[in-house]
Amino acid sequence: MRFMLLFSRQGKLRLQKWYVPLSDPQKKKISREVIQMVLARKPKMCSFLEWRDLKIVYKRYASLYFCCAVEDQENELITLEIIHRYVELLDKYFGSVCELDIIFNFEKAYYILDEFILGGEAQETSKKIVLKAIEQADMLQEVGPIYFMKAFSARWAI
Amino acid sequence: MPAPIRLRELIRTIRTARTQAEEREMIQKECAAIRSSFREEDNTYRCRNVAKLLYMHMLGYPAHFGQLECLKLIASQKFTDKRIGYLGAMLLLDERQDVHLLMTNCIKNDLNHSTQYVQGLALCTLGCMGSSEMCRDLAGEVEKLLKTSNSYLRKKAALCAVHVIRKVPELMEMFLPATKNLLSEKNHGVLHTSVVLLTEMCERSPDMLTHFRKNEKLVPQLVRILKNLIMSGYSPEHDVSGISDPFLQVRILRLLRILGKSDDDSSEAMNDILAQVATNTETSKNVGNAILYETVLTIMDIKSESGLRVLAINILGRFLLNNDKNIRYVALTSLLKTVQTDHNAVQRHRSTIVDCLKDLDVSIKRRAMELSFALVNGNNIRGMMKELLYFLDSCDPEFKADCASGVFLAAEKYAPSKRWHIDTIMRVLTTAGSYVRDDSVPNLIQLITNSVEMHAYTVQRLYKALLDDISQQPLVQVASWCIGEYGDLLVSGQCEEEEPIQVTEDEVLDVLEGLLVSNLSTPVTRGYSLTAIMKLSTRFSSVNRIKKVVSIYGSSIDVELQQRAVEYNALFKKYDHMRPALLERMPIMEKTATNGPTEIVQTNGETESSDSKHMPSIAQPANQANDLLDLLGGHDVGPVIQTALPTKPASAGGELLDLLGDLSLSGGPAPSPTPSVTISQPPFLLDGLSSQPLFNDTAAGIPPMTAYNKNGLKIEFTFERSNPNPNISVITIHASNTTEADMTDFVFQAAVPKTFQLQLLSPSSNVVPALNQGNITQVIRVLNPQKQQLRMRIKLTYTYKGAPVQDLAEVNNFPPQSWQ
Repeated sequence: MRFMLLFSRQGKLRLQKWYVPLSDPQKKKISREVIQMVLARKPKMCSFLEWRDLKIVYKRYASLYFCCAVEDQENELITLEIIHRYVELLDKYFGSVCELDIIFNFEKAYYILDEFILGGEAQETSKKIVLKAIEQADMLQEVGPIYFMKAFSARWAI
Repeated sequence: MPAPIRLRELIRTIRTARTQAEEREMIQKECAAIRSSFREEDNTYRCRNVAKLLYMHMLGYPAHFGQLECLKLIASQKFTDKRIGYLGAMLLLDERQDVHLLMTNCIKNDLNHSTQYVQGLALCTLGCMGSSEMCRDLAGEVEKLLKTSNSYLRKKAALCAVHVIRKVPELMEMFLPATKNLLSEKNHGVLHTSVVLLTEMCERSPDMLTHFRKNEKLVPQLVRILKNLIMSGYSPEHDVSGISDPFLQVRILRLLRILGKSDDDSSEAMNDILAQVATNTETSKNVGNAILYETVLTIMDIKSESGLRVLAINILGRFLLNNDKNIRYVALTSLLKTVQTDHNAVQRHRSTIVDCLKDLDVSIKRRAMELSFALVNGNNIRGMMKELLYFLDSCDPEFKADCASGVFLAAEKYAPSKRWHIDTIMRVLTTAGSYVRDDSVPNLIQLITNSVEMHAYTVQRLYKALLDDISQQPLVQVASWCIGEYGDLLVSGQCEEEEPIQVTEDEVLDVLEGLLVSNLSTPVTRGYSLTAIMKLSTRFSSVNRIKKVVSIYGSSIDVELQQRAVEYNALFKKYDHMRPALLERMPIMEKTATNGPTEIVQTNGETESSDSKHMPSIAQPANQANDLLDLLGGHDVGPVIQTALPTKPASAGGELLDLLGDLSLSGGPAPSPTPSVTISQPPFLLDGLSSQPLFNDTAAGIPPMTAYNKNGLKIEFTFERSNPNPNISVITIHASNTTEADMTDFVFQAAVPKTFQLQLLSPSSNVVPALNQGNITQVIRVLNPQKQQLRMRIKLTYTYKGAPVQDLAEVNNFPPQSWQ
């Protein structure tokens, strides 16, 4: 995966994860283009678009579009599954997730994404394990300085 | 200083802004507060401030002043700080900023942290945005973690290694030992990321690929894992709609594809498992189809047995019938990839593919169109063309150009009859005329000249099309050219193919003049119509009207038109005796490979007495002849001059190509009513504005020579030099026959090296009478601007006593005076 964008139906960006190095103006330009293209699609159209040398795979969940740009040799259908898995994770974590959850807790959305995907590839295929890891990490935030964490990890190591 | 507001609070506040300006104001205020907070080096609230900054950055506002703060957060001991700090680094920093290198040390420390979640953060950040320098510095740490028994870290390290390898390919070797027992892991996360790592290594390095195939015996291991996934019962942790870990299955299939490509042993080892996956996977949900899709891709790419390939194509065929658009889309994409190699199998699904042309989705339509063109062949051309023309009518403009080109190509290759071909072209021109590519106009004209018996029909249909619509320029250009050429056929009502229409000369001229004045016509089109009008002066009787039109445009603002008109005027006035010759019917143009830009050519049918400026549009059809050049080994060959009439030259030229290598060619003409040698002709090519008779004085004293003397056939060359242009030699050949039988169907052809140019005029006859009772004469004009030694290759064909005879010869004994 090269990048993933989450945006509303009005074109407002809710999350952007880039797995390739690009400057800020470049990222802005690309986001604008891709968002425009995807928003122009009619509901009956297929979920795949060709754009430059990449394939854009997108799916709308309620008021949010989830959009991934993958390379030519990637399997588009499994990318749809990856998107779905991410939505499931968010849903489990927030409990019936909606756009507002992602707006007000964007940093958590990033944490969950980073626990599922690393460098553009899925790192864990088990929902349970991903959610457990997030849970543990969240608990670490509650605890004080790190020297308490040793005891913690000993008990909760996965 | 009051505590900075919380993140959620800020988000809530900003969302209440009703206008962009209001939002900007709030943001600026908060940014100022954050900046001063940063200046105070406040540790407590740094995390909160950076989080707010990240939110504002996502809205599109600049946040670079927070970059250093992210680094400070990363260095902090609090987990919360580190989490936000690393997130900020991934969002705000990238390898373009020097600042990012400061992270390296922090990441190094964190990679060795006692808490796996901190190590995880470091691995994640490195794996997402590590620059080459960082990767070089930290590769060792990553490699260490790749060997740990902690699966949480191992899987992250594997993907981090992938990133390192992408950034610094030389480091790939370093990770090789660690990959040894990656696949013996039980943990799916590790398995998945390991397969990704192995895939990356195999894709990048053929040596690695061979190593993994042979030494590590990767294929059996992967087959075993895949088999377990399929055969094992329900596993709640990895189940997706009844399928066990589809992500891992797909990844394994992809790695198998790479391992099996061009390798018989590996391909054979995976045959069974592929067949198993292909037949047993549940297809009711997207997951199942995702796996099948990957399986099909793998089967097609490796050296699979034919049964398996047929299975794969059938799966794709089933996909085409699926209700889900996405599935249809991937099916079309895959079929497009395989249509070359498994053509027959794909043909079976042709009707489904053609149905996809009617789909609403643009991507599907495009795929279906490309695939349809790939499937057209001699058997299905009529049916396919009907569908494709219907598609052309109704498709979006973005498709029309490609579709039109595709139709032309297919029609050319497989047209069942000339009439069908012309009808198809007409259909395209009238429905998608403005989208047709520029080079189609000369191609079409060339095609039309070739279909001699259809000329009347073609010009009639084009004329009728013009009456309807003059807005589509390619159609108008082709139509005006045809009317110019075949206007006499149009007026005389000679059409056989359909009911001839009654058209008067005046009506035709009205139409052409209409094109000249219309706002819809481009300058190029106007040029075409003016020339067409001029050509009609030899075909129609209303010459005065034409003269008037031509003289009016002599003062046109358009320089191109003006020039043409002036020259045509000159034709009427000073050179009226040359007009018939110049404006006579164009010869058939040789069709060769698609042409690049060619040099200017002069043909008997359309010479102008002036320079080459307006040659391009008129000479374009003629330039088709020059396409012979492209086939001659890409040499920079000089232009071809053809003076031939229909039938013979077409084949003659083709044969010459084979035999005469890199020499430029001249076709041998059949006898024709073209003017004989003694009529003075305009100067050769780019030769100045004046046109003086060439054959003033024969250059005194150039001795004749015998060029060929064999089997009773003797060919003598006599020379003349043209006065105005000393670079031109005029050679007259005299062919005589000493045997007792006539040589009939005699054709003389010549070719010269590339620095020369050659023009062959018509011979006096094509029979060389026996026993020297007469001879054939023919004039050759050779342009020799570089004054090089003249040499020539000649080819003679004739029928002698009922048998065809053919001979090639080199002529090298030209007297120096003939070319110096």
